Amino acid sequence: MNFFRKILLMCLVGFYVPSSYAELTIEITEGIESALPISVVPFAMQGPSGVPVDVSFIVDADLGRSGYFKTLDKQSMPGRPSTAEEVQFKDWQAIGQNYLVIGQVTEDRGQYNVQFQLFDVYKSGQLMGFRMTSSAADLRRTAHHISDLIFEKLTGKKGVFSGRIAYINSSRQGRQSNHMLQISDADGFNAQTIASSVEPLMSPAWSPDGRKIAYVSFEKKSAAIYIQTLATGDRARVAEFPGINGAPSWSPDGTKLALTLSKDGSPDIYTLNLLTRSLTKLTNSFAIDTEPTWSPDGSSIVFTSDRGGKPQLYIMSSQGGEQKRLTFSGSYNARASFSPDGKNIAMVHGNGSDYRIAVMDMATKSVNVITDGRSDESPSFAPNGSTILYASRKGNVAYLSAVSLDGKMQQKLVFDSNDIREPAWSP
Amino acid sequence: MKLNKTVLALAISAVILSGCSEDEKDASLVDGTQNAASGINDASTSGFNNGAGVSGSEMGGSGMYPNAGIGPEFSDPNNPLSKSTIYFMLDSSQVQDDFVPVIAAHAQYLLAHPDQHVVMEGHGDERGSREYNIALGEQRAKSVASMMKVQGVADGQLNVVSYGEEKPASFEHDEASWELNRRVELVYQGK
Repeated sequence: MNFFRKILLMCLVGFYVPSSYAELTIEITEGIESALPISVVPFAMQGPSGVPVDVSFIVDADLGRSGYFKTLDKQSMPGRPSTAEEVQFKDWQAIGQNYLVIGQVTEDRGQYNVQFQLFDVYKSGQLMGFRMTSSAADLRRTAHHISDLIFEKLTGKKGVFSGRIAYINSSRQGRQSNHMLQISDADGFNAQTIASSVEPLMSPAWSPDGRKIAYVSFEKKSAAIYIQTLATGDRARVAEFPGINGAPSWSPDGTKLALTLSKDGSPDIYTLNLLTRSLTKLTNSFAIDTEPTWSPDGSSIVFTSDRGGKPQLYIMSSQGGEQKRLTFSGSYNARASFSPDGKNIAMVHGNGSDYRIAVMDMATKSVNVITDGRSDESPSFAPNGSTILYASRKGNVAYLSAVSLDGKMQQKLVFDSNDIREPAWSP
Repeated sequence: MKLNKTVLALAISAVILSGCSEDEKDASLVDGTQNAASGINDASTSGFNNGAGVSGSEMGGSGMYPNAGIGPEFSDPNNPLSKSTIYFMLDSSQVQDDFVPVIAAHAQYLLAHPDQHVVMEGHGDERGSREYNIALGEQRAKSVASMMKVQGVADGQLNVVSYGEEKPASFEHDEASWELNRRVELVYQGK
């Protein structure tokens, strides 16, 4: 029954037409000095109708953007090998390359066979080789998957190139605004609008299984929290109380949502059981309590409160109970986000005039400010924990930026929109 | 049609490509399968256009006298009812003295017109985190509402909604704009 409904829905909706191409430029504003030299040779492409996506170009861009690698431009390459037999390691050694990637894309009855090999130039040996089959539509994803494989092989860390990001994108004509909740690949391509409204949309939050997104919508001229299933577009309104319905955050097991409600007066933190729809009130102060976020083990919730006069972060059990202040440096600490291993939290840190992203080590409680913007906000950890995506603004341009945990590597993602914010990295 | 894509899972067959060195053994390929590219590629959900009939109408802040349609006193510059925006200091929800007479005038009007309803829209400037600004905007709107209640206005005539920093009145990013954006707008709903 449900299955047929899905099919029907898909037929009715028809194929997706991209509402906006996020034509994206990436500036690496700061890189790490130890970036590894790697050459991604343009893949040989064979097929009667051509290959619609330049797979090697995407791999090159992914690796370069990560900050861990320094890629070589095509003009400087001493050859264009596409098979192992064609590789002359000495040529690549001579120009100081550590690693070499070659590959081929071959069309076969509408499908594409993609193969690549990764070589250690100095050891003159293959480190990795894969062959994969992809539809035309999935070639970009295949390219990102290749980037993930290479990244993990060479750095030991999981790659995040196959991930997706959700964000809010607004456009404005005069005083009329249009707000869109969009999802794109981690490099900003394939942007799709999953919800839009002339009234504000806010606070997208991925479910732990990556299948749903919770968000706040003002489409009825008051706040409500919705959960939308990505594959079907079905959505359910899960909170629509008088006052604030905000800041949804999924429990790690996906069964509960922490949220902010002000139905009893001041904003307090609640959990909503998504199966029973029962509400549990966790805080009960006269001050502002908001922006709850779960620790990855599900045991605690960190939130923002101004009970001490200024907004600071507090921590409590996810069952409620005693609430302890976490942050003491700076006049403004808000919007916490846990690292996937639970060892760090990122936050918005204000010093009176500027708002920047800071990271707190949960063991030592030491705080390290890692960005230098004037209004940096909405930090979101990549699933491998190595990078934090956040929203920034310079002049009239609001953009997304990524920074490594130690602040040493920075990259700016520039979409073709001037008002893009609240990034959330998919699990 | 797009459903096919889920079925035609991106199959990855790891095969040993011809290596060319003594390290070839280490290069033995991993068996890997990638899950179907399920999810949003297939989601053609797109927008919900039902927006409850919200078309191009602007919210408060449009024109000099947003509530002019309610009665002539709302567009008389000598009448405090012509003022419909209350401004606030940074990170504060305390009503400043200048605006006390404005709120009093609206309270008197509402007392005299018990069939009128007003929405107090709370707003903040763009600095700081967005959900915190939602909370701050609500505190601002509630302090205006509570002043009206003290003067006897019925609960049922007053409604509070906070948009935080999501609906700025001024779109620049400087101190002058921030001052204009830290505000509560009184939006009469008509009868």
